[in-house]
Amino acid sequence: MAISTPAEVPAEVEIVPAAEVPEVELYHAKSWVTKYVFSQDAKVIAIQYSFTAIAIGLVALVLSWLMRLQLGFPDSFSFIEPGDYYQFITMHGMIMVIYLLTALFLGGFGNYLIPLMVGARDMVFPYVNMVSYWVYLLAVLVLVASWFVPGGPTGAGWTLYPPQAILSGTPGAEWGIVLMLVSLALFIVGFTMGGLNYVVTVLQARTRGMSLMRMPLTVWGIFVATILALLAFPALFVGAVMMTLDRLLGTSFFMPAIVALGEHLEYGGGSPLLFQHLFWFFGHPEVYIVALPAFGIVSDLLSVHARRHIFGYRMMVWAIVAIGGLSFVVWAHHMYVSGMNPWFGFFFATTTLIIAVPTAIKVYNWTLTLWKANIQFTVPMLFAIAFIVTFLNGGITGLFLGNVVVDVPLSDTMFVVAHFHMVMGVAPILVIFGAIYHWYPLITGRMFNEALGQFHFWVTFVGAYTIFLPLHYLGFLGVPRRYFEMGETSFIPESAQTLNEFVTVVALIVGFAQLVFFFNMAWSAFKGKKAERNPWKACSLEWQTPEMPPGHGNFGETLPLVYRWPYEFGAPDVEEDFVPQNVPPDQVITKKGPEGLPGGAAVQPAE
Amino acid sequence: MVVAIALVLVGIGTLLFHFMSPWWWTPIASNWGYIDDTILITFWVTGVVFVVIMLFMAYCAVRYRYQEGRRAEYRPENNKLELWLTGLTTVGVVVMLTPGLFVWDQFVTVPKGAAEFEVLGQQWQWSYRFPGKDGVLGTSDVRNISDENPFGLNPKDPNGQDDVLIEDSEVHLPLDKPVKVLLRSIDVLHDFYVPQFRAKMDMVPGQVTYFWFTPTRTGTFDVLCFELCGVGHYQMRGTVVVEKESAFQAWLEEQPTFAQSLAEAATGTGDALKLVLNEGEADSPERGSAR
Repeated sequence: MAISTPAEVPAEVEIVPAAEVPEVELYHAKSWVTKYVFSQDAKVIAIQYSFTAIAIGLVALVLSWLMRLQLGFPDSFSFIEPGDYYQFITMHGMIMVIYLLTALFLGGFGNYLIPLMVGARDMVFPYVNMVSYWVYLLAVLVLVASWFVPGGPTGAGWTLYPPQAILSGTPGAEWGIVLMLVSLALFIVGFTMGGLNYVVTVLQARTRGMSLMRMPLTVWGIFVATILALLAFPALFVGAVMMTLDRLLGTSFFMPAIVALGEHLEYGGGSPLLFQHLFWFFGHPEVYIVALPAFGIVSDLLSVHARRHIFGYRMMVWAIVAIGGLSFVVWAHHMYVSGMNPWFGFFFATTTLIIAVPTAIKVYNWTLTLWKANIQFTVPMLFAIAFIVTFLNGGITGLFLGNVVVDVPLSDTMFVVAHFHMVMGVAPILVIFGAIYHWYPLITGRMFNEALGQFHFWVTFVGAYTIFLPLHYLGFLGVPRRYFEMGETSFIPESAQTLNEFVTVVALIVGFAQLVFFFNMAWSAFKGKKAERNPWKACSLEWQTPEMPPGHGNFGETLPLVYRWPYEFGAPDVEEDFVPQNVPPDQVITKKGPEGLPGGAAVQPAE
Repeated sequence: MVVAIALVLVGIGTLLFHFMSPWWWTPIASNWGYIDDTILITFWVTGVVFVVIMLFMAYCAVRYRYQEGRRAEYRPENNKLELWLTGLTTVGVVVMLTPGLFVWDQFVTVPKGAAEFEVLGQQWQWSYRFPGKDGVLGTSDVRNISDENPFGLNPKDPNGQDDVLIEDSEVHLPLDKPVKVLLRSIDVLHDFYVPQFRAKMDMVPGQVTYFWFTPTRTGTFDVLCFELCGVGHYQMRGTVVVEKESAFQAWLEEQPTFAQSLAEAATGTGDALKLVLNEGEADSPERGSAR
């Protein structure tokens, strides 16, 4: 397709290079099945990923209720046996981290937003993208299948530490663990196909004028997170394959000589610590695989709804890149008391606390974006602000656990549970809610119900904070995680049990409040007010499509040309308080007239 | 306005909860008060940052709430401010990390002359071993484990003969004597933790891990397993009794040595000799995964 070139290029503006990659003809679906089921359109794939991830996420939510019932009222629910409890915690953790958060941020938001935000018609490998989703679905089905095999799903904890994970003292050591490992391997295969798409699309398919430093932070976050995932998941893959071999073929990668429950086993010579290193070499970057997309998305939500540019854009990009790089050299801070050589502690404590610096800069810049802004407290904005609060809280407790000697008393206590729920559970999920509300008009063409959205926000935010803040203090007391029941101890006061009851009640309330969200989403999709174009008055390209919701191929005849960064809010002398990325400078209506260009780097395209 | 009030309430509420909640660490009973101090330093540094940021956001939420026709300030970057913030954060990190690393150095440096004892973990119980009169623990191997030799000691190692074996979840320790705790597991990961001692370490089958501490207060303390070890994890409890040196010695005297327990087994069943002959041979091996 031809690209129109303005005749004159003002001397002072940057030259936009010609598109490096010519446009390729899109795959056009010929039937209903290829359009909506085996679809190669990233937007449809995004919806498929999101629905699947949220569906399995609801299973994890129910599991969390069952756990909380047991913790709050240990003597009341006789149908929960210790083995069941360990299966609940394992599956809850694994589903939340991998099958919900990773899949939703990258497969869901990544697929929907990357092509639209960088000005591409679709992902660069649409067929592979389609396969990615179906392999992911298969991984989820294998995971679900583990409830229906003898012994049920694995109860090894989401960390799956051997030798315990494959020995008979753990629930699901026969079938459940094998299905878990197979499901993880499938997930990684599926993710790799999608992930390569996201990275190559960002690098190769950006429209003209969309330099890397003009990409919305959402794309930056998802892009760097995907690179992390492509580098980190192989470590988990290898660990999963080796453990499967240990379990099925009797190899001893992770298994030393063992006497388990009175029996001498045939294993010998393996190292349980080797698995922990592989697991956390994946596991720590995984935290940022979830966090970086959330960082990116929340930056965009804050900027749009505060009607102000993101503060310190370049610093924000470099912080994302720095955090991504550092996340590969901090993994053993999960292993301070694992029995690894204790001298590692000096190195990993230092790298871990260094990562606090770019992370803190991000928090400062989010709050500084609010400074001298014009803040609209829309539902997405409320969730974005709540993210800052919970992420700040969870990030701070990370400084406790990262500082090796402080971790010694706190590791494996409820403090850890509270910390990671706040920082990589509550905080990213608040961003997901904010993002769904924010892009809901784009995806459905309709507005959600504001009042229901507000209600959902307040219950979720206040509830989640109330649940997890006090749990930190149980950790100080010395209450361990992963305990089916505390029973009698000499150091835990009665009041701790009262607190547990309270937390359980709040958890049930917050859980049920999510029904309001689902009702709002479903009802508004059909009965909601028709959304006007670009309802939040955003600058980024996904809102500038000729149709809303965007049609097949995203943009019309010609791809948009990008003239400026995506945060041109409140530019001086401009009539409107925002200027979309694709509006040519000569069409920007200024207060003085066409000469007064805004302060952002204005750019003209040239062949 | 609602948002600003909520931010202030969350900020102040968190502080109030911190100072008024009845849940705080259990009174310490070891030398690791430095760990508690490091936690307090971290609380102060991070607490100030938390409150300042919360109040700053609350201020912005009131002062810069939406008004028709108002323009946000257009100032994409402020290098000076960003450098200052980076610098201050770095200082905060150094203030927290430096004492942390000093204390860690102490943690990993076992004092000369620390007495050794061993904790043996298995699903789902604790047992203990003291070195006996010679002050040296005998060598051990999981392959030696049998009904007569539950610790898997090497029967030919002279150092092991006088080792004191405690096949019970209760162990006694002398007051004010630094001890190096050697940790061994015969099946899966475990973790020996007494909350009042503040120090813990996983036990890993196939290797011996350690930590050290000095009990500083007499009393009876709960031992809990702090690493998920299977379905009975939550029931894996024990007891540590810290007492005066003399009482400890009296208690230790009453416990059997390895040689004694072997002899007892021999008179009882007559096959301790067979055990010695079969040393190193694992009988009737069974796959762990078979249920």
